[in-house]
Amino acid sequence: MNPIGEKYLRKDSLPFLWCPGCGNGTILAATVRAIDQMKIIDQVALVSGIGCSSWIPVYVKADVLHALHGRTMAFATGLKMSHPNRKVIIFTGDGDCLGIGGNHFIHAARRNIDLTVLMVNNQIYGMTGGQVAPTTPLAAKTKTSFFGNPEDPFDACELAKAAGATYVARWTAAHPVPLSKAIVEAVSHEGFSFIEVIAQCPTQAGRLMYGISDPGALLDFLKAKTVPVKQVQDKNAEERKGKITVGTLFHDTERTEFSKRYFRMVERSKEDV
Amino acid sequence: MEEKSNHEVKILQGNEAVVEGALAAGCLFFAGYPITPATEIAEIMAERLPPLGGVFLQMEDEIASICAAIGASFGGMLACTASSGPGISLMQEGVGYAAVTEAPVVVINVMRGGPSTGMPTSASQQDIMQAKWGSHGDYETIALMPSSCQEAFRLTYRAFALAQRYRVPVYLLSDEIIGHTREKVRIPRGLSPVERQRPQGDKENYQPFKPGPDGLLDGMPAFNEGYKLLVDGQLHDERGRRAAHLPEVCARLTDRLCRKITTHREEIYELETAFLDDAEIAVVCFGSPSRPSIRAVKDARAKGIRAGYVKLLTIWPFPVERIRALPDRIRTLIVPELNVGRVFHEVEHAAPGRQVLSLPKLGGLLHTPGEILDAIERRNRR
Repeated sequence: MNPIGEKYLRKDSLPFLWCPGCGNGTILAATVRAIDQMKIIDQVALVSGIGCSSWIPVYVKADVLHALHGRTMAFATGLKMSHPNRKVIIFTGDGDCLGIGGNHFIHAARRNIDLTVLMVNNQIYGMTGGQVAPTTPLAAKTKTSFFGNPEDPFDACELAKAAGATYVARWTAAHPVPLSKAIVEAVSHEGFSFIEVIAQCPTQAGRLMYGISDPGALLDFLKAKTVPVKQVQDKNAEERKGKITVGTLFHDTERTEFSKRYFRMVERSKEDV
Repeated sequence: MEEKSNHEVKILQGNEAVVEGALAAGCLFFAGYPITPATEIAEIMAERLPPLGGVFLQMEDEIASICAAIGASFGGMLACTASSGPGISLMQEGVGYAAVTEAPVVVINVMRGGPSTGMPTSASQQDIMQAKWGSHGDYETIALMPSSCQEAFRLTYRAFALAQRYRVPVYLLSDEIIGHTREKVRIPRGLSPVERQRPQGDKENYQPFKPGPDGLLDGMPAFNEGYKLLVDGQLHDERGRRAAHLPEVCARLTDRLCRKITTHREEIYELETAFLDDAEIAVVCFGSPSRPSIRAVKDARAKGIRAGYVKLLTIWPFPVERIRALPDRIRTLIVPELNVGRVFHEVEHAAPGRQVLSLPKLGGLLHTPGEILDAIERRNRR
């Protein structure tokens, strides 16, 4: 095992429960590298919901809350507010974050509370066997969109930004190095940080939606679809169609973070009483 | 004056008394969502907590409220939430999570009539069974029922103490009548806050879910204290690792989650009895109907009827043995409750061979003393 794995993983919880070729291992590695670079393992609280990607933090030797489906933001809010120096990182899937957890997600973003959210988007409910998700593309076939998905998907980054997130980025599991850098930026940012990580799912989404179950081929497919955000400005709508914009999409350093604002209010209230 | 030295005397609404009890216990975290008839608890918390350095959060719903409270509990704070019928229903998944992760959290239910939106401004005791069975799966909770503002204060304080000791969600089952009644409450001066037991042993090899011989966890470490806790809603082993594939580990945990409460039930029970020495008939009461029940028992005695009462302040775990051990002379038990007659079945089960009479009251009204006295007199004539 490499030294970073040796240092940060719960070896007694291995092996991973993910399918071979899953993108979650890459995201785990990128997270651990970011934590190592920032030397914050004792300050982090890792919170996750239910679904494949919510198992990511369970393998990290840190304080971990593997919580309820969709409720990560609420548990994380309690953890953050009970000790504002904590660095809370949330691992959530697209179904966990945008489906069952959609309301908690937009309200956490609205508060601009200092949480870092890594939303792993595999475009499908993987753990339950491949059902349609709020991120499944229109017309895509899944186990519960047998004749093609009749619904349009969410753009999670647009939603995060509209709801009030102050750091928004998108990367894919084919970009481990920029992803790790983005995690450092997001954790360093004081405010609600949202990173969407598009991940290959060879077992469900790859097989059902794209007819590709080879992880390498899926990663190539992902890479071919990505466009760096800096290049997007030059492209028209037609050229952008079907592409995944990657990079830091939004970063607002002006707006005051929620716990800071709250504890300033606490200080004022003490004077008032 | 005795009161001046030991107590502060206040005129408080039940909902205010609950806040005072929580603050006296050292609760510094509250998350909630507005709902009648519990809203005053949130309003007063919003005013009281910030100057104490505490956290008040109005969340987006009740699901988020209990989850935030559980997060704060693992964060190291004494935490609670408060709601009523529909909100308590939403909280049930959080109650189950707190049960399986052994998170101390206090849930205050100011009961109103149900089901669904029901009777938002009227009292009921229709959620007593929910407090025991509300979330899916096998687990035990503790539930306390005040019948006055004084008891609302004291039992809220006790709810925090029990939650920390047994590492369990604890309900305070108040209702709209107590919540909105104003009466005298004596607040003891210098009441010590509830303290969490600190974990023993070294941090490196700490097993956060390893029970002592009594089935209880030895102490509660918080996040970011160096224990590197793994907390999971899946059934888990003593280190916190998932164990859904290990039948013996799962069976042991499920069994312990229940038995850590049932084996300590004598410590948890709290009952008040009166006039039982010569009684032939007794009223088993709890919550708001205790008030007219006690009045009715006294009126019955004035008429020469040998009546007494048992007031249950702990409703879960249900004090089966205490009911069973009532003097043999008591042949009849009357159970007035603000529902179709739910706890009646518990009493019947606990009192084989005695006549148990259900006295349900629906529609949001409280029994009058006369109604209970009538029931006592009718039974007495037989």
